[in-house]
Formats: sequence, structure tokens, C-alpha cells
Amino acid sequence: MNGARALWATLASHGISTVFGYPGGAIMPVYDALTFYPEVRHVLTRHEQGAAHAAEGWAKATGELGVCMATSGPGATNLVTGLADAMLDSVPLLAITGNVASHLMGTDAFQEADITGITLPITKHNYVVRDVAELPRVVAEAIRIARSGRPGPVLVDIPKDIQLAAYHGEIPAPQARPEAPAPSSEAIARARELLRGARKPVLMVGGGSLDAAAEITALARAWDMPVITTLMGLGTFPASDPLWLGMPGMHGSVAANRAISEADVLLGIGLRFDDRVTGRVSGFAPQAAIIHVDLDAAEIGKIVRTHVPVRGDAALAARALAQEAQPPPRAEWHAQLRDWQARTETPAHWGAGYAVKAVVERLHPDDLLSSDVGQHQMLAAQLARFEKPRRWINSGGLGTMGFGLPAAIGAGMAEPGVRSVVIAGDGGFQMTAQELATLKMYDIRNVKICIINNSYLGMVRQWQELFHEKRYSEVWLGDSNPDFLKLADAYDVPGYRARTAEELPGAIAAWLADPKSALLEVVVPHEHGVFPMVPAGAALSEMIETEPARPGAPTPEASEA
Amino acid sequence: MTPEQSIPDHLLSILVRDEPRVLTRITALFGRRGYNIKSLSVGTTEHPGVSRMTIVVSGDRGVVEQAIRQLEKLHDVVKIIDHSLEKYVDRELVLVKVAINPDTRVEVRQIAEDFRSRIVDVGRHALTFEVTGDEGKITAFVEQLRPFGILETMRTGRIALTRGSNADIPGHVYHSGETQALHPTLPAEPREERAREVPNMF
Repeated sequence: MNGARALWATLASHGISTVFGYPGGAIMPVYDALTFYPEVRHVLTRHEQGAAHAAEGWAKATGELGVCMATSGPGATNLVTGLADAMLDSVPLLAITGNVASHLMGTDAFQEADITGITLPITKHNYVVRDVAELPRVVAEAIRIARSGRPGPVLVDIPKDIQLAAYHGEIPAPQARPEAPAPSSEAIARARELLRGARKPVLMVGGGSLDAAAEITALARAWDMPVITTLMGLGTFPASDPLWLGMPGMHGSVAANRAISEADVLLGIGLRFDDRVTGRVSGFAPQAAIIHVDLDAAEIGKIVRTHVPVRGDAALAARALAQEAQPPPRAEWHAQLRDWQARTETPAHWGAGYAVKAVVERLHPDDLLSSDVGQHQMLAAQLARFEKPRRWINSGGLGTMGFGLPAAIGAGMAEPGVRSVVIAGDGGFQMTAQELATLKMYDIRNVKICIINNSYLGMVRQWQELFHEKRYSEVWLGDSNPDFLKLADAYDVPGYRARTAEELPGAIAAWLADPKSALLEVVVPHEHGVFPMVPAGAALSEMIETEPARPGAPTPEASEA
Repeated sequence: MTPEQSIPDHLLSILVRDEPRVLTRITALFGRRGYNIKSLSVGTTEHPGVSRMTIVVSGDRGVVEQAIRQLEKLHDVVKIIDHSLEKYVDRELVLVKVAINPDTRVEVRQIAEDFRSRIVDVGRHALTFEVTGDEGKITAFVEQLRPFGILETMRTGRIALTRGSNADIPGHVYHSGETQALHPTLPAEPREERAREVPNMF
């Protein structure tokens, strides 16, 4: 057995069933050895970035490890965006890269890049395997690190000669996941004390709570507390529950942002108080005592002052906090919340929001919904109603354009029986549009692509409109966009199009009913914003609730002409 | 008091796996997160495969706590000792080359003697001294010599050890017998223990 076969044997012994990747010179022994391991499926994407995002989509949908693979140099550097994305969103990801032979490393050899140096700040850990005897152990350890504690990406770089060297050792069996740390009883007692006295409490949950949805729901109901789910935490609490206030932050709901600004106790579980959530930190929850539960001690007190730090697993903490719940009567608070909830405007007029709402309304609770990055992403996050966790596949921390399509493919391959819908913009879609070939090659039938086409880089345009006096610098795509239906057709992907509110329901129905993966282009008016919005640097209480009037702006009809 | 002086220094000892790039990993973390390293010394330890760094970081308590927590997450970090929470000894070594002439030679040597400094090199126009001691002593020595004309100095940066026997220190590297520091399944206890010791947080 050589190192390359030992690699596949180790991956197989850890239950890795699917690897997304792209071959090249320095990883050829691994691809050669792949032919001897039919139990592992390799998915050939059309770009290494697609492989990384597909692995992320897999991991985000299942909570299990995603694996991607690339050759040295340009192959490896093409993984960088995906690794950074996985780092910021705490996604368990294993990246395997080939490298030039050991004796060439450091000589600027053909296709050599110092990928461990490059990825050092954007991986949880990384390795160069310098001895074939170490290879399976290193891979097993990398898998353990990626999955344990706060998950994250780990990269293992394997020089070509190590792939070819003879390996005589054992293949390591997977190790049990370390037990989740339980929060201290003192911290839980102090948190309960605060909740007992709280007249206006809110519970805010993030991506670290995704696997604690049942406990979070029980906790909220036990204490009769409203729940805010961050962009990463959407689905942790059922949207149909009257206690749900929506998403906080820059494009958060009126109810969520007002509740944070008025709360006297804020219980945050598994979230890291990103600046897109807090707005100006000094204006965030100004009256609240903050209880912060997190697995990662470094997150507690990093951004906001914390009155009761609770280090531990989200599910264990939520379960402990729910015990001995004694919620005081809070009729006034609930009345106030209902008033704010009523201020949620649904997009009534034809535009991007209208189109996104029409699509997400047709989703089943089991459906996966991915998004790319931009206005359509925020609209989807605002308008979709998630009842379950791990149905929302999205690039939160890094905000990676081009994420949507490959991630939806990865998520869709993880759950072939489930519809994997992706909402993208015309800009982001073109960053990884070549992954349509992956759909064709593997005859994937459950991926439904919706492009909200406003012919602009819409979010940048919105900021230019609001903060740069409408100087629309380099955001117009309309003259150069492809005919998206022809593009889809080139890859044998059926396409549908809607240009008006009247055409939309029929187009959506045909698109979803198509037995194959299909593309729907919705052509919407050029200028349309996402609101509510908290301008960067402002406090949540300084939110712009509704879209400002546009004096002199062309009407949708005129701009269509 | 200048703003620079108002920022306190914190002395950290960081025990790390002796792996390639570990120094880069540590310094990159400090660099990326904007923590200011004032001095850094690295050397081997009594345990093969474990290196020890003494880092002086300036910043308020919150900055240092955050730096420690971020360091704890690095896979290569075995143990962190925050010396502000323990009794410790620290030393720094400095080489000072000072200009001399026939009129000043005796006076310079007298000052060096007062500081228990050793002469390590004698030239016609310069003497080079070696001094070890805490930061205050070294600074005082350098200031005493400054009027004579300092030609070159090199300070090693501070190094520190906790006072008392190793048995007083919780953690894995000081366990009797073979070190577990390089064991692939190194348990996370010492890191959690450290976290609990940080006041007002856990």
C-alpha cells in the first residue's frame, strides 16, 4: 500500500462517502489510488472553489464533515476562499492538497505554493505530511480537529513522493468525538437568577445552536421568552412560533432589533456577536445584562461586555437553563413585541423581494435553501420561514459571492431525496456558473436554481445609492449578462423565466415541477433595496425601517423599457 | 505619564509543540488580532518536542485575556502560563558596547562593577558588558552608561519561570514521568483549567 491508498483507506474508515475535488499533477497518485476505493465517491467540480463550497454545503446540511481535494499550487490556492468561508462559519471541512515532491518544496518548483503558510490564518489547523508513516495518523487527527469543539477547516498537504511511498502501518479507526463540555452550575444559577428578574428578556441564538434546536425551543417556551435567530441560526427555532421575532442586525426585522435595543436581559447562545449583528457595539442592547453561552471561550467577552459568561455546549446549557424556569408575568413585553412584529412589511410590489417571497413561500420545511451573497440573500433570510435547523445553507461570515450554486449541489448530493433550492443574483451566479456542468455530469435532479436578475451588483448598488449619492460605480451588469436560459441549456439544464408578477407563479410551478434540476430566471426592476437596514456604524435602534421614497427614480415599467 | 507607559505589560509563558511553523502560528495570531508583542524569547525545554516562549504583550487585562483564549485554541499550544496570576522570576540578558577613552575607562568599569556586570570584550575604544537581571536593573545600567556613548546594545527579551517546584503547577507538561505533550490525543483539561483561572470570567 502506498501513501495515496493509505489516505483513501483512512477516509473510508472514517465513513467519508463523498469527496469533492479536481485532479492535477501533484495529486495524481491520490487520483490513481481512488480507482481502488469504490466506496468513496469523488465528485469532479469545474473549479476547486466549487469543490470547497460543495463540501461546505454538504457539511452545513448534514452537520457532518465535508471533504475537498486539490492539487498543488493553483489548485490549492483556489481552495482558499472556501477555507476562509468555512473558518468564519465554523464548518467542519477537511481539505487535502497535493504538493510537489519533498525535495522540491521550497525551491519554487513548478506549481509549488506554500499552501500551509497561505492558509495558516484561515484554518483551524494545517499539516504538511513529511513522512508516509505519519500520513494516516495525521489525516485521522485532522478529521478529529475539524469536527471537535467548535468545528472548522483543517488542511493536510501531502507531497507527491509521500503519496507514492510505501506504507506498512495500520489504518486508524475513527475516534469518538470528545464529550461536549457541560456549563458550570454556578454560571447556570447566575443566568437563571437574571432570567427570573427579567421583565424584557430576549433569547438570541446563532449557528452554534443549530444542533440544539429542540433544547432551544424548550428553553424559550419554559421561560416564555421571544427568540431571535441570527443569519447563521435561522431554523433553530420554528418560524411559525409566535415567540419568533426574526433575524437581528443590519437587515434584521424591526421586532428583533427593537427587542434587542429594549431588552433588560439578553441570553445569547452559540453566536459570536458579528458586527453585522450588533451594529455599533456601544449601542447594542444598551440596557441589557448579557448572558453569553459559547463553546469557544475566546468568543465570550470578545465583542460585547458579558455579565454572565457560560462556557459550554449549547444543548447542555439550554437544557440546564430550562430547568426550574419561573418566568414572571410579561404581558406588557409581549404586547410590545406583537406591536413591533406587526410592523413587518411584506413586499407587495413587483421587485426582488416580491420574487424571493414567491419562491420561498413554495418551499417545504424539509427543503434545503441555499443562497449566494447579496440582496437576494438578505431577502431570502428575511422572508423564508424555516421550521427546522440545517435547511439554510448560506455564507454568513465571509459573504462569499459564488457560494450558492456549488453549496446547493453539495447539500443536494448529501440529501438526494430533498429539494435543494438556491437563490442567487445575476452577479454571484456568474462567479461559479461553471458548476452547472457538475449538475449535468452527475445527473443531479434535485437542485433548483433561481436567479434574481436585477442587472446590478444589487447590494453594492444599494450602498452607493444610500451612502455615495447614487454614483453607481462599476455595478451595472445588464449590458454583459448572458442569456441565462441559453447558458443553462448549454449544460442541458432546463430553464424558465419570469419578467412580471403575472408570469411568476406559472414559471415557479413549472420550474419546481421539472423532473430535472432546473434554472429559473426572474427579471426584476433594476433599483430595489433591502430594508429594514441598519447603516454600517449605526446602532440597531437607528434602523431605517422602510425603503425611502425615490423622487425622480424611474418606475419599474420605465426602466424595463 | 505617556500613553505608552500607561499600557501595562503582561508576561506569558507559552509551551508549544516543537513543530514547523509554530513560531509563525503564534506571531501571526498576535499580528492578525492586533496584539502588541514587546518582547519574545524562544527556546527548548527539558522535554524533547516542547519549546517554550516567553512573550511580553502590552495591553489591558481584556486584551491579554482575549490573546490567551485565542492562543489556547491553537493545536500546537500545550500550555499557557499567565505570570501575572502567579509568582515568578524573570530575567533578561543584555550586551552593551560602550565607547571609552583613557579618561572614562575607570569610571565605566566602576559602574559595571556596581551592577555586577561582566566584561565580555575589551577593545581599545570600547568595552562590551553582559548584564542579566530584571528589566529595571538593565534599564538603569544602560542609562548609567548612556552619557559615555553607547555604540550597540542587544537585549534578549525577557524569560520567566514560575517560582516554586514544578509540582505546584497544574498541567500536563509537569506530570512526573514521560511528557504527554506530544500525545496525539492530548486532553483539553489544562486549557479549560486556565480558562477557569482567569478572574471574573468563568
